[in-house]
Amino acid sequence: MTKRVVVTGLGVVSPNGIGVPSFLHAIKNGISGIKFMPRYEELNFSCRLAGMPDFEWVKLINYISEVTLHGLKGTNIAYGLAAALDAWADSGMDYETDEPRWETGCVFGNSIADTEAMKNVIIRVDNKEAKKLGSRVVEQAMNSGVTSYIAGRLGLGNKVITNSAACATGSQAILMGYEYIKHGYAKRMLTGSAEHVDTYVYGAFDSMRVLSWKFNDHPEQASRPMSSSAGGFVPGSGAGALVLEELDFALARNAKIYAEVLGGSSNSGGQRQGGTMTAANSTGVIRCIQQALASSRVDSQQIDLISGHLTATNADSKEIQNWSDALKRAGDDFPLINSLKSMIGHCLSAAGSIESVAAVLQIAHQFVHPNINLEDPNPEITNKIGIDCLPVDMIKKEINIVAKANFGFGDVNSCLIFSKYN
Amino acid sequence: MTRAEILNELKKVFAPYTTNKELLNSINDDTDLIRDLKINSANLVDIIIDAETKYNIEIDFDAADKMINVGSCIDVISEKINQKNVEYR
Repeated sequence: MTKRVVVTGLGVVSPNGIGVPSFLHAIKNGISGIKFMPRYEELNFSCRLAGMPDFEWVKLINYISEVTLHGLKGTNIAYGLAAALDAWADSGMDYETDEPRWETGCVFGNSIADTEAMKNVIIRVDNKEAKKLGSRVVEQAMNSGVTSYIAGRLGLGNKVITNSAACATGSQAILMGYEYIKHGYAKRMLTGSAEHVDTYVYGAFDSMRVLSWKFNDHPEQASRPMSSSAGGFVPGSGAGALVLEELDFALARNAKIYAEVLGGSSNSGGQRQGGTMTAANSTGVIRCIQQALASSRVDSQQIDLISGHLTATNADSKEIQNWSDALKRAGDDFPLINSLKSMIGHCLSAAGSIESVAAVLQIAHQFVHPNINLEDPNPEITNKIGIDCLPVDMIKKEINIVAKANFGFGDVNSCLIFSKYN
Repeated sequence: MTRAEILNELKKVFAPYTTNKELLNSINDDTDLIRDLKINSANLVDIIIDAETKYNIEIDFDAADKMINVGSCIDVISEKINQKNVEYR
C-alpha cells in the first residue's frame, strides 16, 4: 500500500514577492518582478534585465545564528535557506530540535554555487593567498551547500540530497521527495530549489542569444511567453520550497493541507529524435507528461490547469504542441495554461519550485493567475489551442488538478500532478 | 603590546564566532575556545586568519596548533609580535 502525499508548508523568495502572502498577492494581480539592471548595461550585455528578489540580507538573522551568518556569501544558499525555513514554519513546526528528525529528509536542488562569491576565492588563490580563504568557502562552493545549510538548521535526519537537472531541477526535487514518502522511506520531505543568476552565469546565457533584448527600456513587458513578440527569456533568481508529508502523519499533528501531490514523472529525451543539449525531444516530453498522469491515475480530461515551462523563446509553441499531443486535447478542449515566467522571468533551477508554489496556491485559493504581456498571442499557438485557454486576467474558478512541468538543458523533463485535497 | 591589550583585541577577533557574548566579556587565560566559548573547531582557522590580519603577523601550523585556550592564543600572538619587532630592529 503506497502512501498519499500532501503539501503542508510553502515558502518562496520570488522576484515579485518574498513570503507566501506577498507572492500570492503578486501572482493574483499580475505584478512583474522584472527590473532594469544598470550593472548589466555597464557589462555590455544584450539583455539588461533580471527577475531579482528584493532580498534583505540582514533578515537572514531571523533564520540562522549570527555566527553562521558571518561568512555566508552564497546568495543561492541564502535564498534556499529563507524559502525552506519559511516553508517549515508555515507547516507549523519549530526550527529547534536536539535529536535529529529521523523521519524528515530534504531534496533541494540548485545549479552552481554563487560564482560572484567564488570570484574572491579565485583572486586569492591566483594571488598565492590561499591561506587566507578561511573555513567557510568549501561548504558554500559545494553543490550540496544549500541542502547542508537547510538540513543542519532543522536537524533533518532522513535522506538529504541535492539534485541538479538544469531548469527541471525544482520539479524534480519535489518529485523525488514525493517518491520517498510514497514508498515509505520518509514521513516528511522538505523539497525545493534555489538559483542565483550571478553576472557570470548571466553573461554565458547572454552570449547564447537566448535572452530578451528588445525590451530593455520596458522591463515589466520583457518576459512575454507565448506571444508573437517573445524574443527570449529574462533570467530570474530566487527559491521555492514545499513541505511534503505522508497524509496520516500530517493529519496526526493537525497540519494544514494545501494540496495533494498525486504523482509525477521525470525522464530524458536522451538527446535523440530532435532532442539536443538545449532542445527537448518531443517524444520524451510527451512520455513524461503521460507517465505523470498514469502514476497519478488521472485522465487527461481531468486537468484543469497547466503550469507550463513556457520561457518566452521559440520553444513555446513546440511545448504547447507537446502538451496537446500528450493530453490528446486541442482547440477549446485544451486546459487553461499559464506561465509564471511572464511575471518573474526564468529562474532556471528555481523555476520548478517557485512555479510549484504558485500551482499549489492556485489550487488552495481556487484561481488561475494571469499570463501578463500576452497582448499578441503567437498564431502558431492559437492555431492549436483556443484563445480562452490563455488567461490574461486572473480567473476565479474551481481548480482541482494542475499539471506542472519543466524542461531543461540536457533534454531532461519533469512533470508533477497536484490536486485539491479531498 | 601588553597581554591585557592583546586580550582586549582578541575579544573582538572571537566575537563573530561565538554566540556566548556574556562569557566573551569575562574570558581569562583558562577559557577554552571550543569547550567554553562553543566555537566550531573549523572556525579556529578563521580566527587565526583574522588574528594574522589584526596583529599583522604570520601564525604557522605549529603555532596554530597551540591556540586552544585564551592564554595560549595570547602566548602565540605576543611571541609573533616580538619576533616581528626583532626582525624590524
